[in-house]
Amino acid sequence: MAEAKQMIDLTPAQSEYEEINQILQKKFNYREGFETKTHVETFEKGINEQVVRAISAKKNEPQWMLDFRLKAFAHWQTMREPHWAKAKYAPLDYQDYSYYSAPECGNCAGSCGTDDAQAIDPEVAKAFAALGVPIGDNDANVAVDAIFDSISVSTTKREELAKYGIIFCSFSEAVQEHPELVQKYMGTVVPYYDNYFAALNSAVASDGTFVYVPPGVRCPMDLSTYFRINEAKTGQFERTILVAEKGSYVSYLEGCSAPVRDTYQLHAAVVEVIVHEDAEVKYSTVQNWYPGDENCEGGILNFVTKRGICEGRNAKLSWTQAETGSAITWKYPSCILKGDNSIGEFYSVALTNRRQQADTGTKMIHIGKNTRSTIISKGLSAGKSDNTYRGEVKILASAEGARNFTQCDSMLIGDQCGAHTFPYIEVENATAQIEHEATTSRIGEDQLFYCQQRGISEQDAISMIVNGFCKEVFSELPLEFAQEAEELLAISLEGSVG
Amino acid sequence: MLLNIENLQAQIDEKVILKGLNLQVNAGEVHAIMGPNGAGKSTLASVLAGREDYEVSAGAVDFDGEDLLALDPEERARKGLFLAFQYPVEIPGVSNKLFMQTAVNAVRQERGLPALDMFDFDEFAKERIALLEMRADLLERSVNVGFSGGEKKRNDIFQMALLEPKLCIMDETDSGLDIDALRLVANGVNALRSPQRSFIVVTHYQRLLDYIKPDHVHVLYDGRIIKSGGFELALELEKNGYDEIIQQYQNA
Repeated sequence: MAEAKQMIDLTPAQSEYEEINQILQKKFNYREGFETKTHVETFEKGINEQVVRAISAKKNEPQWMLDFRLKAFAHWQTMREPHWAKAKYAPLDYQDYSYYSAPECGNCAGSCGTDDAQAIDPEVAKAFAALGVPIGDNDANVAVDAIFDSISVSTTKREELAKYGIIFCSFSEAVQEHPELVQKYMGTVVPYYDNYFAALNSAVASDGTFVYVPPGVRCPMDLSTYFRINEAKTGQFERTILVAEKGSYVSYLEGCSAPVRDTYQLHAAVVEVIVHEDAEVKYSTVQNWYPGDENCEGGILNFVTKRGICEGRNAKLSWTQAETGSAITWKYPSCILKGDNSIGEFYSVALTNRRQQADTGTKMIHIGKNTRSTIISKGLSAGKSDNTYRGEVKILASAEGARNFTQCDSMLIGDQCGAHTFPYIEVENATAQIEHEATTSRIGEDQLFYCQQRGISEQDAISMIVNGFCKEVFSELPLEFAQEAEELLAISLEGSVG
Repeated sequence: MLLNIENLQAQIDEKVILKGLNLQVNAGEVHAIMGPNGAGKSTLASVLAGREDYEVSAGAVDFDGEDLLALDPEERARKGLFLAFQYPVEIPGVSNKLFMQTAVNAVRQERGLPALDMFDFDEFAKERIALLEMRADLLERSVNVGFSGGEKKRNDIFQMALLEPKLCIMDETDSGLDIDALRLVANGVNALRSPQRSFIVVTHYQRLLDYIKPDHVHVLYDGRIIKSGGFELALELEKNGYDEIIQQYQNA
C-alpha cells in the first residue's frame, strides 16, 4: 500500500521536472570528440602472455620489468572482474581490445624504444593543439607530458626542471633511465595483486608519467599530464608514479579526453604517490572522457586505482577531482596516512548526466598518530544517471588522536536520476574523532522561477546554481583548471552554455 | 496605460481561480489589491509573472504595448515586470553579487545598454545599498541563505532597486514581518516610487498601506474585483472587515 501511495505522489513531480529534463536532453556537445588520422602501429586484439612480452619488447624493457608484467598477468588470470560497484555493465570481453597502439614515429619507423621530442607526428601535434595542450616549448608556467594512446609523445620543460633535480618524464623513459627509482617504488602503494584492474594494468601498462622531486625542492611550476585515447577498441593502461622527497612540494594536474566512438573503450590506470616527511603533493584531475551517446554506449569505462602514501611525519597529500565524463567511473583516490601528523585530503565533484554511472569516493587509512583527513564530495546527478559516493575512513589502533571530517553533498537535477552514498567507517582507536555530514538537495522549479523572474535564463540559472554547489571543491583546483572545470560542467549539463 | 488586464481567467489543476478580472494601471500609480484568503491575490501575481503552474484560459494582458501572456517569464522580467515574492527563494553557493550582476546585465541587454563589469556593478550596487540603508555585506552573502524573514523581503526590494522595473508587483510582502521590518520594507518601496514606476501591492492587511499610500484600492473576491476606490476603502475594510462588501456583492 505504501508503495502505491508513493506512486501517486510522484506523478505531479514528473510534470514539474519536464522542462528541466528537456533542457538536459538538448544535443550534447562533446567538443573533444574528434578523431586523429595518422599512421599508427596497433597490436592485434587480444591478450595473452605473448602480448605482454611483445609490449615489453616494444619498449625495450629490462628483464625486471618484464618479470613484473608476467607475474601480474599470471595473477590477473586467476582473478574475476569485480561488479560490486553501483554500476551495471556487461562483463567485458578482454580479447576484443588491443593492448598497444602508438603513432609511428617518422624518423625511425618505431624501432627506437623511447620517444623523441623532435619527431612528434604532425597529426598528433595538431590534435593536442586543438585540445589546447601546449606540447611545444611555451611560456606557460606548466610542464606537460602528453600521452597519445599507449605512448608519451612529448614532455616539455624537462631541462628547466632538471636544474632543480626534478625528474619529469614518461614512465617508459623512467624504466630505461631511472630503473633504481622505478624498482624502488613501483607496486609499493598499489601492488600488482591489489585488484582486478590494477593487475591488468601491471601486466599491460602502456605509458604514463614519472615524477621525482628531490629533498627540499619546491617545484617551481605545475606538472601536468594530458591523456588522449584515440584509436578505437584500444585500452589505455597508464602507470604514473610520483615521488616527493623530504620537505619537497609539487602540484600535479591531469586532463583526459577521447574521440566519439560507438563501442566502450577501456581505461584502467594505476597511480602511485609517495610523500615523504614534511613533503606536500597536490594532485588534481579534470576528467572529461567521452561519456558515450544518449545511452552511454561507446563511452569510456574508467576503472582507475589511485592511491598515495604519506610515508613520513607531517606529509600531506591532497586529491582534487572534477569528474564529468566516462560512461562508468570507478575510482577511489586514497590516502594511507602512515607518518605521524600526516594529512590527507579529498575534494571531488562528480557530475553524471544521461545514463552515466559514477561510483567514486576515497579511502582514508589512518595509521600514524594525530593524522587528519578531510573529505568533501559533491555529487551532481542529472538525466537518467546514477551517482554514488563510496568512501571509507579507517582508524587503526595505532592512530592515536586521529581526526576525520567528511562532507558529502548530493544534488539532483530532474527526477529520473539517482544519488547514493555509502560511507564506511571503521574505528579501532577510541581517541579518534570522526564527523560525517551529508545533504541531498535538488534544483527546484522554485529556484529556477526566482532566477527567471529576475531576467536570468533557465540555462544560466542552472549553471549558476550548479557552480555555486561545487564552489568549495573548485576553489581547491589550480586557477585555470577551476575555470576549465566550471566550463565543462556547463557543457556537460546543457551543451550550449559555455 | 502601462498595464491593461481584461477578463483574465486562470486555473490551476482544473480549479478555476481567476474568473474574469479587469484592472488598469497607469504609469506612476500605486494600486493595492486586498481580499480574504483564497480570493486569488497570489494567483494574480503569479500569472502576471508567468509562473507555469497556472493556465490562462481566457482574457488578455497588455503590458506597455505588448502581449504579456505571450512572453516567457525571463522576457517579462527583462521588459520591466518585477515580482517581490511572498517567499523569496534561497540559492546556496550563489552570491547576491553574481546573481544580481547576471540579472542586471540581462535587463540591460534588453534595453540595449552595455553590460556592467564587476567594478561598475559594485559601484552601482553600493549606491543602492546606501539608498535603502542596508548592510554592506549583503552582496557577499549567498542569495537569501541564512536571511531572516525580514532580510529576505528587503533583499527583494534591493533587487527591485537594481533592476529599475516599470511595474513592481508585491505579493503579500508584509506577511510574516514584524512592525520594524515592515517599516523598513515600506521605506524602501517609497524610496523607489517615481512617476514612471507603477506598483501593485497585494496584501491581506491594511497595515502595509499605512506606510505605502496607494492611489487606488481594489477588493478581490472569488476571482474578480468586486469593489474599487481610493485609500479610504482600505480604512473601511480595516474597520468593517470584508464581510459587508462581500454581502453587498452577493446580493447585487
